[in-house]
Amino acid sequence: MAEGLTVEVRGLTKRFADREVLSRLDLRIGTGEFVALLGRSGSGKSTLLRVLAGLDADVDGQVGVHGTVSVAFQQPRLLPWRTVWRNVVLGLRGRGRDRALAGQALAEVRLADHADAWPRTLSGGEAQRVSLARALVREPDLLLLDEPFGALDALTRLAMHSLVVDLWETHRPSVLLVTHDVDEALLLADRVLILDGGAIVAEHELANARPRRLADHLDVRARVLTDLGVTDHAPA
Amino acid sequence: MSTVELLERVAAPPATTRNKRRLPDLRRWLSPIALVALWQVASATGILPPDKLSSPWTVLRAGVDTARSGELGDAFAVSITRVGIGFVCGAAVALVLGIVAGLSDWGNVLIDPPVQMLRTLPFLGLIPLFILWFGIGEQPKIVLVALGVAFPLYLNVHSGIRNVDDQLVEATTALGFTRWERLWHVVLPSAVPQTLVGLRQSLGIAWLALIVGETVNADAGLGYLINNAREFLRTDVIVVGLVVYAVLGLVTDALVRLIERRALRWRRG
Repeated sequence: MAEGLTVEVRGLTKRFADREVLSRLDLRIGTGEFVALLGRSGSGKSTLLRVLAGLDADVDGQVGVHGTVSVAFQQPRLLPWRTVWRNVVLGLRGRGRDRALAGQALAEVRLADHADAWPRTLSGGEAQRVSLARALVREPDLLLLDEPFGALDALTRLAMHSLVVDLWETHRPSVLLVTHDVDEALLLADRVLILDGGAIVAEHELANARPRRLADHLDVRARVLTDLGVTDHAPA
Repeated sequence: MSTVELLERVAAPPATTRNKRRLPDLRRWLSPIALVALWQVASATGILPPDKLSSPWTVLRAGVDTARSGELGDAFAVSITRVGIGFVCGAAVALVLGIVAGLSDWGNVLIDPPVQMLRTLPFLGLIPLFILWFGIGEQPKIVLVALGVAFPLYLNVHSGIRNVDDQLVEATTALGFTRWERLWHVVLPSAVPQTLVGLRQSLGIAWLALIVGETVNADAGLGYLINNAREFLRTDVIVVGLVVYAVLGLVTDALVRLIERRALRWRRG
């Protein structure tokens, strides 16, 4: 795999029965790069993420992922019979399953005082933050986010956006954020990819400065929406 | 209810319900006590002849007498041993079969159909066969209890494992869990609540199986005590035996509830 890359995918094809969900897809994600993947539902976004996560190995083509991978799903998927801090260290081996370490990770997502709580007692946003802590405590080289804010209310989602940017700036993993929220992609990512018909059909670079204002990126927004087939869009 | 009351109710949270739970409503004792009193009066006035049903007071005295003579204790020990051995055997078989059938597809294909077929047999109706197979000693009673225990436990363990949340399994796979780690940390814990439901059902059936087994034939145990008392028209001793059965059922049920409360703390949060 080329130097400076965390993900290098070439000619990836995935079939379900006779349907080709991904067809000869190429994808490169640089070390520490934040990439957002947009696409209509059924465009194969989640399938691509599952392949990169190693959850689906039955594919054709080359899939190269360098280093540790962590995933945060749309649902937090915490084990309800483990307390919050034990959920956080679930992905660590042996002596790494340490309470102090969990405490640090929870402090980063501002949940330090919930270490001993049961997952059932958390709100949706809190549970999603625990899920983020669980993904990040592994110090992943690649962080896969599968619409992790999709199930949250609008206010919580805004708070989560800035939290994710903070965490990304601290840990600097490569990130692939799968989403169908165009504005979310524009606010967070270095590069926005459009997936359609199983292949990446367009990509847009964004100026790296953060925090961002959507108003500064209306030109990209218009082009992204056109790529997605939305023609009569109003300005943000 | 007025608005103020409603607001107070909303504002006064779990503390009140918890207090209520700690202080049982004593009024609920009124009618049971009245019924026992009525029974005593009926016996004392001769409406209820002692060869049909002894008075509560006589029953109490019979209980004390049989306990003092050691008769009750011996019968109790014999019966509880039968249930204990039968339960352990039945539960072991049910757990092994349920886990194998729950985890492996071949296990499910091979184990589940015969178990589902056998489960429709009225197991108490098997007593004549058991007597032919095992005679009238301890064996048929223990087998009967084991059989009664095995089915509900198997069914619940099996469905508990089959209904594991695939999303959780997938999430831990993404975290690098091996097959065994997934089994230990995800699949088996998620089957615990359903297994405890099965445990409660099977313990209830265990007592039922024991009582039937002991009543049909026995030379020791609570069932023997009761049958023996029948020969001598000692309705007081019969009632003592029944009360002991009832108390044992209650105690085991309370035990399972205690286990549930400890094992399922995460559910209440």
